[in-house]
Amino acid sequence: MTDAILSFEEAMAKYDPVLGFEVHVELNTKTKMFSSAPNVFGDEPNTNVNEVDLGLPGVLPVVNKTAIESSIKIGLALNCKIAETCRFARKNYFYPDTPKNFQTSQYDEPIAYDGYLDIELSDGTVFRVEIERAHMEEDAGKLTHMGGSAGRIQGADYSLVDYNRSGVPLVEIVTKPIEGAGSRAPELAKAYVAAVREIVKNLGVSDAKMERGNVRCDANVSLRPHGRERFGIRSETKNVNSLRAVEHAVRYEIQRHAAVLDSGEPVVQETRHWHEDTRTTTSGRPKSDADDYRYFPEPDLVPVVASREWVEELRATLPEPPAERRKRLQADWGYSDLEFRDVVNAGVMDEIEETIAAGASSTVARKWWMGEIVGRAKAADVDPGQLGVKPATIVELGKLVEAGSINNKMAAEVLDAVLAGEGSPAEIIEKRGLAVVSDDGPLLEAIDAALAAQPDVADKIRGGKVQAIGAIVGGVMKATRGQADAGRVRELILEKLGVTV
Amino acid sequence: MAAINREDVAHLARLAHIEMSAQELDRMAGELAVIVESVKSVSEAAGDDVPATSHPIPLTNVFREDVVGHTFTAEQSLSGAPDAAENRFKVPAILDEA
Repeated sequence: MTDAILSFEEAMAKYDPVLGFEVHVELNTKTKMFSSAPNVFGDEPNTNVNEVDLGLPGVLPVVNKTAIESSIKIGLALNCKIAETCRFARKNYFYPDTPKNFQTSQYDEPIAYDGYLDIELSDGTVFRVEIERAHMEEDAGKLTHMGGSAGRIQGADYSLVDYNRSGVPLVEIVTKPIEGAGSRAPELAKAYVAAVREIVKNLGVSDAKMERGNVRCDANVSLRPHGRERFGIRSETKNVNSLRAVEHAVRYEIQRHAAVLDSGEPVVQETRHWHEDTRTTTSGRPKSDADDYRYFPEPDLVPVVASREWVEELRATLPEPPAERRKRLQADWGYSDLEFRDVVNAGVMDEIEETIAAGASSTVARKWWMGEIVGRAKAADVDPGQLGVKPATIVELGKLVEAGSINNKMAAEVLDAVLAGEGSPAEIIEKRGLAVVSDDGPLLEAIDAALAAQPDVADKIRGGKVQAIGAIVGGVMKATRGQADAGRVRELILEKLGVTV
Repeated sequence: MAAINREDVAHLARLAHIEMSAQELDRMAGELAVIVESVKSVSEAAGDDVPATSHPIPLTNVFREDVVGHTFTAEQSLSGAPDAAENRFKVPAILDEA
């Protein structure tokens, strides 16, 4: 069944959205949260497990110290307070993704709380998202639904369970209700999740690959009429697992809620499932007493005490926050907002930084990465950084062009040859005999030939139509196999025809 | 904490997937009410200045270094499984996720 929706504009005219996010971050520790089994993605099913992960009787979990440190780092990067003491709790439920019938989590004592994250929107405005808490827990196993309608849970005949992911350390980051985003709610949603992902990647505590489920988002949306303070009833859309999907899911839920409210019905408080193929959500299950998880302190684990010395030691290891780094680099490089945004969106900020550090000017670095390499990467369907262009190569090419030894066209050819593994730029230039022809003698001969071949064009230029010169320059460049300096050729043609401009 | 009544026990039994007869519910409601009442006396003894405890031994920070230890083979993992397929545990399809 398809739900009715209102246009986004109409929804915005009537209602004010309130958002909330739960983002799960898988940590990239070597081992699991409570067991020494490896935390590795993609291995054979049920081989990265031991007795703790399978919840066999009599086992004792032991906390991974690195996972605690990573969690504290995330808390600090989100401007949170770090709890002096906190506990783990059992969240009890029956579902085959956990073999022990509870998930070890944290309940009323999260390791980090009361933080915020400043989110920069595309037009440069900054929106502050308040963080309620970041708590530690373990991931569940992976279910594959077999039979029925291709992988969907509805109509499946049975499910197969792989517990390799069971016990992988997670940090769940929960926001406070986000008010006042208005029509920018979908954009803010995407930007928030992107910022969290960037932070955990920058900290080095997670691989942060959304396509692998390293970062997963549940999005809460509710609407209220403009001017009303009380929140509306919310829906929680689960497993929105790409940045684009976060934006679309929030937008869709706003439109759906608006249609429900317009019809005079109350919104049902429920879980919604996001479908990337149709870009819609469908009803999961309503909240019920099955959500009574009967949390209680985990008796097999003792409290975690984060001494202030330990917290400060960890704080001292934090890298520069991504947003501050971007601000610093843009100022250092002198790029306009648009130029810098393009660089960030193309994913070559790190590469440009390295190229500049290797000795290129910021202009040369940008010209090469944005003008040449990004396009080649797109054609090869890889990230620009994966093409294997060394900063030193760009520096060398930049110097050769600047010195006038080769022109831009030749430099691009040299780059292709470097990527094809033919050697360094100097070697390739030598081997191919590439050099800008700077001796006027051969150029003058080529110009004479080109003018003789196109006398009508020559007449036009003499008659003052200087823009026609391109055809003659082109002929000369062709005759010299692109090795002439086009600027010099132009000068010589005008000189020859006695035209001054 | 309010006294435990029969509905509370029935609710808990449902959450814990325990089937209980009417007689069992009656009996457990009575017994649990007594237990809860007894435990309540702890709250009377401990004032607000006494922090809640979850462990009898005052230990903190029992940690493990992040070093990979032993694992099972898929065969070992599945040795106690009632049913298995494709090196994975085979379970009945259960609608909707927790």
